[in-house]
Amino acid sequence: MPNTGSHCSQSSADSAGSAARTLVVLCADWPAVATARPAEKPLVVVHANRVISLNLGARRQGIAIGFTMREAQAHSPAVEVVQYDQQRDARAFELVLAAVEEFVPRVEVIEPGQCAFPTLGPSSYHGGDHALAQLVLARVQTAVLNTAVLNTAVLQESGFAHNRGATLACVVGVGIADGPQGAQIAAKESILRTGVLGTGVLQPMVVQPGKTAEFLSPLPIERLGVATDSTHSSKSAAEMFDVSRRLGIRTVGRFAALPIADVSARFGSLGMSAYRLATGFETTPLNLADPSVDFSVEAAIDPLAERVDQVAFVAVALAEQLHAELSGQGLACSRVLVVAQTDAGDRIERLWRHEGALSAADIARRVRWQLEGWLSTGRSLGRCSGGVERLQLIPEQVIADTGMQLGFWGEIHNATERAVQALARVQALLGADAVKLPELRGARSVSEQCQLVPIDAVDLFAKGRSSANQSPANSQNSASSQNPTSSQTAGMGPWPGRLPLPSPTVVWSEPVEAELVDAFGQSLGVSGRGVMSAVPVRCRVAGGQWHQIQYWAGPWCTEQRWWDAIGHRRRARVQVLFDTAAHLLTLEAGQWWLEATYD
Amino acid sequence: MRAVDSKKSPAAIAQLRTALAHTRPVVLAEQRRLPLLQAFQEVFPGGGLQRGSIVHVSGAVGATAVALAVAAGPTQAGSWAACVGVEQMGWAAAAELGVQLQRVAVIQTPSKSWATVTAALVDSFDLVLCGAEHAPSAQDARRLVARARERGSVVMFISGESLGAAQSARPWPSVADVELSVVHAEWFGIGQGTGRLRQRHISLDVTGRRGLSRSQRLELWLPDISGAVAAAEHIQASTPTELTPTELTPSSPLLDVG
Repeated sequence: MPNTGSHCSQSSADSAGSAARTLVVLCADWPAVATARPAEKPLVVVHANRVISLNLGARRQGIAIGFTMREAQAHSPAVEVVQYDQQRDARAFELVLAAVEEFVPRVEVIEPGQCAFPTLGPSSYHGGDHALAQLVLARVQTAVLNTAVLNTAVLQESGFAHNRGATLACVVGVGIADGPQGAQIAAKESILRTGVLGTGVLQPMVVQPGKTAEFLSPLPIERLGVATDSTHSSKSAAEMFDVSRRLGIRTVGRFAALPIADVSARFGSLGMSAYRLATGFETTPLNLADPSVDFSVEAAIDPLAERVDQVAFVAVALAEQLHAELSGQGLACSRVLVVAQTDAGDRIERLWRHEGALSAADIARRVRWQLEGWLSTGRSLGRCSGGVERLQLIPEQVIADTGMQLGFWGEIHNATERAVQALARVQALLGADAVKLPELRGARSVSEQCQLVPIDAVDLFAKGRSSANQSPANSQNSASSQNPTSSQTAGMGPWPGRLPLPSPTVVWSEPVEAELVDAFGQSLGVSGRGVMSAVPVRCRVAGGQWHQIQYWAGPWCTEQRWWDAIGHRRRARVQVLFDTAAHLLTLEAGQWWLEATYD
Repeated sequence: MRAVDSKKSPAAIAQLRTALAHTRPVVLAEQRRLPLLQAFQEVFPGGGLQRGSIVHVSGAVGATAVALAVAAGPTQAGSWAACVGVEQMGWAAAAELGVQLQRVAVIQTPSKSWATVTAALVDSFDLVLCGAEHAPSAQDARRLVARARERGSVVMFISGESLGAAQSARPWPSVADVELSVVHAEWFGIGQGTGRLRQRHISLDVTGRRGLSRSQRLELWLPDISGAVAAAEHIQASTPTELTPTELTPSSPLLDVG
């Protein structure tokens, strides 16, 4: 209806120049929006103890992305802290995708909060890129509002009362440019020009065909991150931008003006993909595989899967199969179509794109996101019924696998990846809290020196990296045995009152009652000056047998928080040796406890 | 051109054969082993634990420390270790003995899902450490062993008497390829109210299959004076050296003040 003849011809002429003209919808701070809390109340979404997303209220309090949880709470004590949950994001984003799908049948999801589609058809139908962008923006904004209302209703049902009248703001950016990466930057730019606080009026950002390089030219060089952060580790991308900045190359334009050979020599394939984007020639898959080869894999699910995790199990195996098949040919997949079919005949498919290559784990994760959305929200909207019967993965775009440059010291990335997958499986079996990682921290008492941290609170890959960097020092056993704890106890402070090394190998999770007596059977005490009242002679644990003490040492006294009536603790520790085993006994408030054993 | 020549001369063919032998990729025995700390290397063939083997650590005292010292080598070399049923482990001591804690995961599981969980772990971890909190049935243990052999990971189980083993009466089924048992342990540095625990001398009996069939005695400082693991020469039991202040004073002078 809206298109006249002139519009149609004009827009088709526009798009003739570049076939990859793309529209990107970007919802700012999607993880925070997906929690469906009112925007005025400060809220942060944290992952591995860092703020990764925050809402309007939190921004007004001066909190920024990258803060630790403590810093955020210091800025605003009332801030609500929510753990990052990709499934929740994907579930909430399903409604936005449904809205975008009104314009175009197949939407490519970059990640929850970001999606893209080629504009060639829809913009000629709706009368040009500008008109299309405005329409999409309006439609997505309504959808986000609906998401919020729906979620609020769900929350109220489940007992989380929230003000219905509170505004739930999500700043939506729409950008159109030649190619998905340019469009991503344009969408981000449209949000930034509005102001992150959402004060201005949102305007979509449409970059004229062939003008992408011109549009990017004045922007800071860090914006090129969209071209790099997924194929390569974001750390090396950050290093590249840091080097460029120190060389005086601060804008995309300056970067694009460099000679191509120098960029390639200095920054390798990472620099090249950024350079191609900066010069307006986006990473185009030059070496597409022979389309006659069918790489798609599928699995029939029997009995029917009703729950997401059941399908996810199948998806992991299927993704690995696909990955093995592709990598056997030296190929990688950058766009994958996930098709699921229910026994009622509903066919649900979605296209996932990724700059660079999707690993098996990436594909499995996307299948999970997709099904999460369908099986929860889709069911309530009547878009899907019954159980999932068949799952199919079709690689839509296959590129030559450029491989990954391993660290100079042979990063053992694979071991970490395998470990993380196995732990995820164990978590699925036992619950999220069953898997923990030991973490050393400074403390006086042995039971506090090490804490078991739930795995969800730790960024394992960052850990693996840091340990890989240490590995040259630790790879030689002789070197590490000379200095065994340098890397692990560094920066832990002196902790006066702490027991001298070695630490006990067994720390009882609950101290056991013990009795320590002198030769006359009198229970022992420790004076205010830290002196034992007599020589300990016999000891028994938990009312058991009496043991003759062979050797003993101590006491080591600590007095903690003497200014605090509740937190005040006064303790004395003694090492005793009986039956060839050494134990650590603690005296507190007249009672001896077996705290640890040197097994 | 040269290929044609070599067809004729047998010397050239021999030369080519040796060149081929040098360039052919071979799987070295070392690649099938998890490296151990220096102190253990003389006893174990190839200086490491054969992948797919089952290690059993036992002893009235010191079993936990021995298990940690064994785990230190693989974690330093980049392998991940999973620990099941070791709630009471002192991780600070583990770090001192050389275990790289950033590659250690601790799993808390109820006994009924122990078999499923360990099976999943054996698939992906190079080293799985099982504490004595769970005593699996003979059938479960056999399954785990078969799986570990297939996947090339090492399962180590501890049946020390300190780590809650006293509660679980049922012993582990005898499936181990390598048996490490502490036969003697002695602390040095502690006296009657003086000094402190400084270092411990441990005598370890190593027996097993596959190149370990002859029982060997391993003398270790566990921990040594710096807190790490070191090889020790044999020390006559109950002969105090100058290291121990045991004989210094029968009664502490501090007592007169108290």
